[in-house]
Amino acid sequence: MSGISIPQPTRPWQRKRREQIRSGATFTAMAILAFIVVLFTGFAGFDGWAISLFIISAIVLLIKGRKLSQKERKNAFIQLLIASAATLAFLPWLSIFASVAMKGIAGLRINFITSDMRTTVPDDEMNMGGALHAIVGSFMMVIIASIITLPLGILSGVYLTEIKGRFTFLVRFVVQSMSGVPSIVAGLFVFTTYVSATHGPTAFGGALALGILMLPTVARTSEEVLKLVPDELRSAGYALGARQWRTTLMVVLPTVRSGLTTVAVLGVARVIGETAPLLLTAGSSTALRFNPIHGQIASLPIYVFGLLQIGTEYAVNRAWTGALVLMIFVFGLFITARKVGGKDKR
Amino acid sequence: MKASTVSQRIESEGKIMSNTSAVLEMPEQSFAGLETRGVHAWFGNHHALSDVSLQFPARTVTGLIGPSGCGKSTFLRLLNRMHEFIPSAAMAGEVLLHGQDIYGEGVDAAAIRLKVGMVFQKPNPFPAMTIRENVVSGLKLAHIKIDNEDDLVENCLSRAGLWKEVKDRLNASGGSLSGGQQQRLCIARSLAVEPEVLLMDEPCSALDPGSTLRIEETIKELAEKITVVIVTHNMQQASRVSDYCAFFLSDGGPGALVEADQTRKMFTNPNDSRTADYVQGKFG
Amino acid sequence: MTIAPPIKREMHVVHSRGDKVFRGIVTAGAMTSLIILGLIGAFLFGRGAQVFSQYGLKFITGTNWSASTEPGIANEFGMGPMLVGTIIVSIIALTFTVPMSIAGALFIEFYAQPRVKKILTALLDLAAAIPSLIFGLWGIQVFTNIGQRWASLLGNRLGFIPIFNTISDNYGRSPFVAGCVLASLIVPITTSVAREVYSRTPRELIDTCYALGGTKWGAIKTVVLPFGKSGVVGGAMLGLGRALGETVAVYLVLNLNFRYTFKILESEGGNVASLIATRFGEASTEELTALIAAGFVLFLMTLGVNMIASAIVTRTTRT
Repeated sequence: MSGISIPQPTRPWQRKRREQIRSGATFTAMAILAFIVVLFTGFAGFDGWAISLFIISAIVLLIKGRKLSQKERKNAFIQLLIASAATLAFLPWLSIFASVAMKGIAGLRINFITSDMRTTVPDDEMNMGGALHAIVGSFMMVIIASIITLPLGILSGVYLTEIKGRFTFLVRFVVQSMSGVPSIVAGLFVFTTYVSATHGPTAFGGALALGILMLPTVARTSEEVLKLVPDELRSAGYALGARQWRTTLMVVLPTVRSGLTTVAVLGVARVIGETAPLLLTAGSSTALRFNPIHGQIASLPIYVFGLLQIGTEYAVNRAWTGALVLMIFVFGLFITARKVGGKDKR
Repeated sequence: MKASTVSQRIESEGKIMSNTSAVLEMPEQSFAGLETRGVHAWFGNHHALSDVSLQFPARTVTGLIGPSGCGKSTFLRLLNRMHEFIPSAAMAGEVLLHGQDIYGEGVDAAAIRLKVGMVFQKPNPFPAMTIRENVVSGLKLAHIKIDNEDDLVENCLSRAGLWKEVKDRLNASGGSLSGGQQQRLCIARSLAVEPEVLLMDEPCSALDPGSTLRIEETIKELAEKITVVIVTHNMQQASRVSDYCAFFLSDGGPGALVEADQTRKMFTNPNDSRTADYVQGKFG
Repeated sequence: MTIAPPIKREMHVVHSRGDKVFRGIVTAGAMTSLIILGLIGAFLFGRGAQVFSQYGLKFITGTNWSASTEPGIANEFGMGPMLVGTIIVSIIALTFTVPMSIAGALFIEFYAQPRVKKILTALLDLAAAIPSLIFGLWGIQVFTNIGQRWASLLGNRLGFIPIFNTISDNYGRSPFVAGCVLASLIVPITTSVAREVYSRTPRELIDTCYALGGTKWGAIKTVVLPFGKSGVVGGAMLGLGRALGETVAVYLVLNLNFRYTFKILESEGGNVASLIATRFGEASTEELTALIAAGFVLFLMTLGVNMIASAIVTRTTRT
């Protein structure tokens, strides 16, 4: 280099700091104005505020837009429309996260996860009784369902990617179509074939229904995971003189070990919140039970569902807390899946 | 003339003359053309291009040559503010169009891109549009209204050397053309908004030799009216089509301009030994 | 001199004994899954056929669902209002979902800052994992208040349009409110499909729009929307399939009533999945069969919709 000094990198296309501050200030002013509108006109509540904010922004845009060309005015207006509609799309989830967290946290005491509802009625104070029986029941059913389903689902995935036999199309077709089975229909199937033929709802019945719902998910996702293994790896295995079974077991499956863990976790996350099929196949209970093949058993979703049906103040509060615990489990599983699944890519 | 008023000028004129003599009758000083002064480019912390100062004489073809990774495509994208679409991108220096910094405050980037058009590596006609719609798509995008669309379509397609081949099927899909025809359609599309400068990023690298030859002829004809800047990997192509050449090179650090001169001099008697080595195929 | 044509030699893959065992085990596993899933299909089909042969088309069109407890009085099973109700609620959901998903996907892909984009994408994944029970809980406890207000606004202003007409002034637990809750449930699915498709728009086409002096909206309208059209349709169909078969979210919010109604703001409606959830408890064997047949009809609908959806989605996301 001939000793020239290197200038500072700049980004002239980005908005200047003072413009950013100005537009932030404009937004705040509009938000306050919208609040005033809510106070003094027919618009009410959060939605009223949002709508008046939208209208005010549109008016402000119209005034500002006089300087702009028609092309730019349209661009800015549509940007406002898209941002508003997108906010509308994201708001329900934020509202759900917030309400579950806020309404659920009140009842989340130690007794909620250490005691059951044997000696407590739903209308009792929140420091009595809990959801231990439901948590245990849910886990029991999910574990039984996984023990049955995971091997079958993963073998289906291996069949689709490694064996590629005569039934490939059929397997894929059936897996594809069964993933659309409404969960209540799966419950109904187990109810008529197993539950009503034996001694009524049990944990095993519930696990069967959950397993049916899990199977297509597990088969499809494990196929997807196995597809990620580059063919070069298989060829390398064969070129070393290894048989197919050794190549699959020693090369292909270990490569996607964390991917298959993700498959399992996602499968569990898919069914742990299922309510409708358990209504028919597992029933409910107020006490901690461990027998999978005898007697009805509680589960978190049914616990929440049942309390909601009762509908009194404390029952609903308990339902929110149950929902919070359920959300924590689902998100915990989900985050685990992402963490573990991310490893394969690296 | 202030660059920020370029778009206003287009809108106040209300129409683009399909007769290209209008361009020729423009005052000579409006063709002072394009110039860069001390231009740098970064992607994140990666310094990709260092201190390029270059002038593009009006109505000439300038070839940007150099091995992969020397920053010539980055440089090209800086010339019509396409560089800024890469999220971590940054720059320094000035790019002057008619003496006005196109990165200056208050400059409308879209108006700059109307004046400095671009043709990409792979032919990419808009897939959902007919040939005719493709040609006028730029006017729609820029909200320019014209009176005589038919004349404009014929004029642009003729200048791109495609008119005779497609005049009977203007309503066919742009995707139904061959690769070379598609690229000429893309050139016609860029011409429809009457750019003063046309940037071409390896426009023939995805085409067969026959199509390449047709495009090269088109480029030479275009240079009678507008300024062309073309990035090419192919030195023979640079020697065939360009009037001036600029050689870029990276020695592991940021890419930099080694030498720029008339093409004939660059290929016969360059000042820098690295240029001589490169044009003789000793590396790259 | 003539040259003899070359002789083709057949090539076979001969599996070793170990490979045969391995392939046998894997095939057996896959077949077990196939058989289990096939059994469900066959079972539903068998029971469905039984009911159809008994009640004929009246099972679909009939308006009365009553299981007689006294001998001598025939059962009557007609799922018409429930079927119509299911479709109405799903259409309402889709009406909200499609524009919101398109906007959401465009926002994430083209308007959001890189950091915001990352957060929103993760949020989208999380939202798709929320159990439908929680949507139902939120729907009845939180959203109904807001939904009721919108419904009454619609009813008061647009009551002259038949579907917005109401007799009572009770707007809660109406198909409209249920449809809104369902919409928030399927928005994550449709949005992530739409985003996926939009993100595959060739960068060069978008760049070309900018190079021609276009604005962001110009580029989206010219290139992105046409490119993603069929993907969005596929995503919407996936959402529709989910909406048709959804049980608890609708069950908790909608006031189930056995009557044909097209007044979407009135506090009554129908839903096949909720019918099953309500009736199975005290159902006789015969009614149970009818419920299974109703489940089968529901299954056929979701199956059809899902098939079309996945055909469209795979076709557009390939390459």
